[in-house]
Order: sequence, then C-alpha cells, then structure tokens
Amino acid sequence: MAELNQDSGKSNKGGKVRAKKAGGKVDLTAMVDLAFLLITFFMLTTSLNTPQAMDVAMPDKNKMDQNDNLEIADNRSITLLLGSDNKISWYYGQLAKPIYPPTTIDYGKEGVRQVLLRMQKEVPQRAGGKDLIVVIRPSEKSVQRNLVDILDEMRIVDVKRYMISKINSDEIEVLKSEGLFND
Amino acid sequence: MGKAKVKRASTSIDMTAMCDVSFLLLTFFVLTATARQPEVLVVDTPQSTSPEKLPDDGLGIISVADGKIFFGMKNPNVRELTLKNISQKYSVNFSAEEYEKFKQLEEFGVPVRNLRQLLSLPNDQRTESIQPGIPVDSTETNSNELYSWVQEARRATIEFNRSREGEKGYVDPGPMKVAIKADAEEKYPAINLIIETLRNQKQNKFSFVTGLRQDN
Repeated sequence: MAELNQDSGKSNKGGKVRAKKAGGKVDLTAMVDLAFLLITFFMLTTSLNTPQAMDVAMPDKNKMDQNDNLEIADNRSITLLLGSDNKISWYYGQLAKPIYPPTTIDYGKEGVRQVLLRMQKEVPQRAGGKDLIVVIRPSEKSVQRNLVDILDEMRIVDVKRYMISKINSDEIEVLKSEGLFND
Repeated sequence: MGKAKVKRASTSIDMTAMCDVSFLLLTFFVLTATARQPEVLVVDTPQSTSPEKLPDDGLGIISVADGKIFFGMKNPNVRELTLKNISQKYSVNFSAEEYEKFKQLEEFGVPVRNLRQLLSLPNDQRTESIQPGIPVDSTETNSNELYSWVQEARRATIEFNRSREGEKGYVDPGPMKVAIKADAEEKYPAINLIIETLRNQKQNKFSFVTGLRQDN
C-alpha cells in the first residue's frame, strides 16, 4: 500500500522535533460501503426492470366464414364469463342445458382455482378420459387485470386447453341477472 | 527488563484494493445500465406469475391506457424503415431530420398526419396530453392506423434482418414480436379491438406485458 508518511528510519535522533504530519492513510471503509451499496442498486435495477411477458396464442381467423365455430363436447368444456366487479360466472356444458348451471365465483386462490382443480379431476371421469377445455369469455365490463388473472390461473393450474372467445347475448343476460354487468 | 510483549496485529484492514474493485464494478454497472426513458403514457400493468421476460429487441409494444393507444418499436433502425413504409402508404413526406428524430422516439400516440407536428416539438413537450392516441377500428384499411403501423413494423423487421444477413456471426432473430401493454383497469373492448387488429394480419401470437407477482 502506498503510504505517504514513510518513516525515514532515523527520526527523533538528534534532529529537530518535527510536527507530526497528518497521516496520508484515509479510512476507506465508508467509501467501500457506499460503493457496494451503489453496485447492488445498479445490479438490481438493470436485471429486474424488464417486465414479464405473458404469451397468448389466438386461433387463426377465418375471414371467409365468420360463423365457423368449433364444436366441443359439452361434457368437456367449462365456460368462464368474466363480469364486472372482479367476479366470474361459470357453467359446465351448454348454456341452454347446462350440467352445472351458472354460478358466481371470485378470482384467485379460493375462487376460480378451486373450481378449475375440481373440474380437472371431474371432467376426465365424465368424458371418458378426455381432459378439460376452458372457454374464457370476457364481457365488455371486464378489465385487463381480469383477463391476465384468468390466463395466469390457467398456467398455475396447468390447464392444457383453453381459449379466449367472444361472449354472446345469452351469456350477457346471465351476467346481468347475476348483477355482474355494472360499470 | 520487562517481559517482551507480543506485538498485536493491527485490526484495521487495508481497504484500498477492495475500494478499487468495487468502484470498477460500479463504473461497469453504471455504464451498462441503459437509462430508462420516462414513459410518455403511464401504464399500470396488471401482475402475473409468468416467468417469461419481455425480449429487449425485435419487439413492437402497443400501450393502452385511458382508451389511448400508443405504439413503439425497440430497434431504432426498424423505426426508420417503418416510417419510410408509412410515409409511402399515407403519402406524407418526412425530412431527413425528422427521420433522425423518429429514430429517437420511444413511443408515440398521434395519427400519421400529426406526426410531423409531434416531431417538431422538443422532447419534453411531447406529453401524453397533446397525443390523442393512434386511431384504431375493426377494419383493415388505412383508417385503422394501428394495423398499418404493426404491419409495416413487421415488414421493416424482416427487411432489417435481411440487410444484416451478410454480417459475420449473424443469427436471424426471427420476426418481430408484438406485446400489448395494457393498463390493469382498461376495459376489455379496447383490448379486443387490438387483438382483432393483430389477428386480422395473422399475428395470432402476442404477449401481455405484466408485472411480477411473487405469491400465487
């Protein structure tokens, strides 16, 4: 280490008593502390500031025939109608003759996830081993957070087949009757 | 004679080398950190537990908040090529200086005919309040300007990738990815309009930009 006040080796031996020079040795601890704090800050901000991406794939659009709808077996599909006030209405089967009629549930761990986990077990028993299909129908009163939450649930519960599709007027009536169509 | 005392080793440690190293690292991180431009349109994204990260390059971002739609491209060269294509399509001419300014533009939300006016303003005056958003509708014509921007940006990305093919060690990054950065409180019809615009040009894959949620 470079020290500024090196001993000459023959101090206080006959010579004049010199005023002791202030040491050139500076305490660097605080400086190192600060430097590491800044390093940590820059390290964290550079890597953590890229946002997450949630990939979505939509089916190819058939522009020739707008009514080209995919037929799915009734006993395989559950439909989630995303309504207002952060609530969902869900039913199993077809709306006209549902296996389970529309019920209002919440988002999150206690609400929609329990339904998905239960149906994931129940559907293969009813449909001869075929797995669950979830149809997500966001209404015009639902917000982006609801859609992201639902897609996130699909990932957490590991639903292999799901799709986002258009809500129809009958389903809007269901939401209205359950009071989930408010602004 | 007194006892010979064992000389105590000094407790102070020499910090110089440590200080040198830490400042070297600090300099490195400061220089590599890309200064984040303040967002023009402030978007409070919803949160998800998705582990994927948004790519840094080859990306077009559609931001939505308060019903306003903004569009931005990550790569400055792609921005320039896109503007060239748009200028032809909408018959609006831009000067070389305006191309240069557009290359620096992170995101914008004005109709094509107002773009020159926006570029003429200094950086700090291009606030959200003077930008009405990019016009979007359910058609595939020129009136759906978002459709044109996304399409031309995709073309420009291909063009740009092709122009770099001869370079040494070049790996094709593939086509442009599209991300939708929507506000958590944005109503679904606005999102649906964007999704349909993308689907109309067979961009069936896209990402939603979200924040990270730790618990699920």
